[in-house]
Amino acid sequence: MIRTARTILRKDLAIELRTKESVPAMTLFTVTVFVLFHFGLDRDALEGDLASGVLWVTLLLAAVIGVSRLFAIEREQGGIDGLLLAPVDRTALWVAKAAALFLYLTILELVAIPAFALFLLGPDLLPALPVLILLLLAANIGLAAIGALVSALAAETRAPGLIVPLLLLPLVMPVLISAASATEPLLRGDQSPEDLGRWLGLLSLYDVVFVLIAVAVFDFLLDD
Amino acid sequence: MSDERTGDDVSAAAEGDDRNERAGGDAGRVGTSRGAGAAIELDGVERRYGERVALSGVTVRLEAGQTLAVLGSNGAGKTTLLRVLATLLRPHAGVARVLGHELPDEAWKVRGGIGYLGHDPLLYRELTGRENLVYHARLHGLMDGLRSPDEGLASPGAHNRASSLDGGLARVEERLKAVGMARRADDPVRDLSKGMVQRLAVARATLHDPALLLLDEPRANLDPAAAEALEPLIGRASGKTRVLVTHDVEGGLAEADVALGLRGGKQAFCRPAGEVDAATARGLYS
Repeated sequence: MIRTARTILRKDLAIELRTKESVPAMTLFTVTVFVLFHFGLDRDALEGDLASGVLWVTLLLAAVIGVSRLFAIEREQGGIDGLLLAPVDRTALWVAKAAALFLYLTILELVAIPAFALFLLGPDLLPALPVLILLLLAANIGLAAIGALVSALAAETRAPGLIVPLLLLPLVMPVLISAASATEPLLRGDQSPEDLGRWLGLLSLYDVVFVLIAVAVFDFLLDD
Repeated sequence: MSDERTGDDVSAAAEGDDRNERAGGDAGRVGTSRGAGAAIELDGVERRYGERVALSGVTVRLEAGQTLAVLGSNGAGKTTLLRVLATLLRPHAGVARVLGHELPDEAWKVRGGIGYLGHDPLLYRELTGRENLVYHARLHGLMDGLRSPDEGLASPGAHNRASSLDGGLARVEERLKAVGMARRADDPVRDLSKGMVQRLAVARATLHDPALLLLDEPRANLDPAAAEALEPLIGRASGKTRVLVTHDVEGGLAEADVALGLRGGKQAFCRPAGEVDAATARGLYS
């Protein structure tokens, strides 16, 4: 299965490199939203819960763009039929799509976090960066797991662009709550290890639960 | 007996040398010695889309190495039948056995043995022809030692990985040459003409040397020279069991052993192709 997943992932990354559809759109959206907040709030610096909320809501909305495009190429060019006709474990498709989304989100954040610091963050981000990276990676796993599942589900409908946000956003609410709650004290500079451990634990639990759910149901999702 | 009957009134099957012998008996089956050897056995297969019945009461038996021509007007259920046989759609009623395995329960056993050439070429437009074929070769295990390109399924580890990779790549190159696309193999599919894309689709569908070819208008967009060049892969000369959906009534009947006529999702006739006259078959389109 891993070999098949690697084959599909390699194909997806090759197509993304050539079309430049998902990652540039997600990145441009994120930077634009930060600029809008910068001027809309008329503030050079945000702190605490507001900073944390703006960061995570923006990243989640950017993830919606990536999730919407994740299965689009399979739907538009018959890729799913090609996969269903091959004697492979179909879960490999979910693994590949989740891995692709995880990579897209990580690349997005490489640009988004410096942009956030530039446009909206007053205090120096560097002290909070190691823990923030940990939170981002944990959130990315959950987003990738549920995002690949939602994208596959939406691809079977007539209006995937409409279905993705309607399904995805409520399902990723625990990610938003955990990540934003853990980030808020971090950006204030008074993060306690117990507090961080609690929210990271919740995020990790969410990741494990949704990875297991996705692995269990993905095969049935593709079945006619 | 009239040449056209509907649904359950007529279902016929043919086998081997009996193709030109019309057998009597109920349901009009031809030479129906039910048992091993049949590549396709359908008995009262039905498929619905919601409330709409797309396929109903289809009963066919096709022996290994034979060709079934599926005729019928647009919306008659031809593509639905092909997708049921390809395991892409579940039959909602009836019994469907393909390559000796019952669908949908054993669909996973059948997939490696099917070459499907449908309306969509199943090729990624942003990838080159060669990249698309390598991708499909990998999906079919032609490059990882699980399956030898020339020997069908082999036990894991039977081939060392490097030689399997070489074998898989050699198969891709051989298919590119066979369909006349070696020179344009590094062009993105989006830059190719429809005929060239169809050639690549033929290469993709036959890459893993499937036992059963499911062909939906396989010569669409092909010039006569290309159609002739692809004969060894998808024509009678391939020696494969074939299900051929076509609107070319005369051509379809000429290369088929069994002809299945569909009208409005129902079986209008199924009998040895030699016993179906073209005028009757053309009646399906009126």
